[in-house]
Amino acid sequence: MAEYRKPIPRPTPETRDFWEGCKRGELRLQRCTSCSHVFFPPRGHCPNCASRSVESFAASGRATLYSYVISHRPAPGFEADVPYAIAVVQLEEGPRMLTNIVGCPQTPEALQLDMPVEVVFEPVTDEISLPKFKPAGAA
Amino acid sequence: MRRKSVAIVGAAETTELGVIPHMSQIQLHADAALNALADCGLTPKDIDGVACAGASPVEVAWYLGITPTWVDGTAVGGCSFMMHVRHAAAAINEGLCSTVLITHGESGRSGIGRARFGRAPDSLQGQFEMPYGPMGPPTLFTIPVLRYMKEYGLTEEQLAMVAVVQREWASRNPRAMFRDPITVEDVLNSRMIAYPIRLLMCCLVTDGGGALVLTSADRAKDFPTKPVYILGTGESVETPMVSQMEDMTTSKAFRVSGRKAFEEAGITHDDVDHLMIYDAFAHLPIFGLEDLGFVGRGEAGAFIAEGNTRPGGKLPLNTNGGGLSYTHTGMYGMFALQESVRQLRGTAPAQVPNCRISVCHGVGGMFAASGTIILTNEEP
Repeated sequence: MAEYRKPIPRPTPETRDFWEGCKRGELRLQRCTSCSHVFFPPRGHCPNCASRSVESFAASGRATLYSYVISHRPAPGFEADVPYAIAVVQLEEGPRMLTNIVGCPQTPEALQLDMPVEVVFEPVTDEISLPKFKPAGAA
Repeated sequence: MRRKSVAIVGAAETTELGVIPHMSQIQLHADAALNALADCGLTPKDIDGVACAGASPVEVAWYLGITPTWVDGTAVGGCSFMMHVRHAAAAINEGLCSTVLITHGESGRSGIGRARFGRAPDSLQGQFEMPYGPMGPPTLFTIPVLRYMKEYGLTEEQLAMVAVVQREWASRNPRAMFRDPITVEDVLNSRMIAYPIRLLMCCLVTDGGGALVLTSADRAKDFPTKPVYILGTGESVETPMVSQMEDMTTSKAFRVSGRKAFEEAGITHDDVDHLMIYDAFAHLPIFGLEDLGFVGRGEAGAFIAEGNTRPGGKLPLNTNGGGLSYTHTGMYGMFALQESVRQLRGTAPAQVPNCRISVCHGVGGMFAASGTIILTNEEP
């Protein structure tokens, strides 16, 4: 496998559970045990009510395509990928996240807003797998 | 703040604008500062407050030989200068200092003496955005556009009209970088940068700077220039990551900042003669018109396409040509403020007749932050 030249996340104490979940093939979100607010990215307290009593759980991995661009300007390491979609998905549990949409052409026709998508995990190192999304039901 | 208690008495841009490879970023700060000081007949020794972004106020104060009693290094992107004006007004009213210099200098195009833009891999953006391949603002700031288009039926032609109308203003401005008229077809045939955003929907990348001098209104009449009084101010922030905006069809920071500024100023939208909305990309004026309340949700695309903001229209917008055609060094907010001052002094190349009240609205980062300054030339 060619050397992976794209930016690689470095987990922090607050995000380690998320990235370890990704390594296992689990998309983990956090929920406030006081007000039940579900949020992302991970942090040590609830952004809704400021409670420090938060727990993490495995999300369904189901989402819809909220918005995107199809970039013709490759970031370093992405030269072979252009054009590629940089997308925001709306997770079933509420939060949104930036991601790539894989498993379909990177065209406006194939990328319809609000279409259902589901998470897949792309291993990039022994420690890090990136959550990406593919059209629901796609191979 | 108290209305009209503080005035802008000095305002100037760098001597040159556009491509300035023979000047470092800190020298651009100084060039703008010296021009603004000359504009109001002061020297660095007369300044006791310094605010800037892109450099430390320590660096700017030392470089110019200023010993301040107040500094502000708020650096939240292109609207930092709106915040500096707001903070400076409060500081002057509180007696923390009497005469404030706000500087901007950016070697955005030539990259001389400029810190590199980077994201640590353990920052939030480094973990949750950069791994997916964004390449600067053209591929991130633009992500909300498709969602807005779907929600409100904004067309690519309407988006293109933003750039067309601003070029009409730029064609009247000798200092504008791009002055040749363009058509909707030109915009829609320009190179695709990040679908649906094409090259002519993106701002320029230039070198340049600007500076302002502020003092209390009771001193303002002692200066050679026509005072421009601060009538209302607002600021807010939303998120460091565009992907985490509450709603991609509207900016919370815009709404909070704008509402606060209008409340402070005690004016209605009908009182506004002139408007600047920071246009890093063609969708920014659309979001700004709606989030500031000039038009209803979903109405801004048609409002611009119908000609309301073009020369001769009822709401002159981005009259220097904006970031799309005039200049954009990276943090353009200073240039929007400069144009508001010129319009209220009556010295703008594309002068709006009888201009009394100007609203100047900035964005920082990618819908990360916002600052709004309402200015007037009417005396207290």
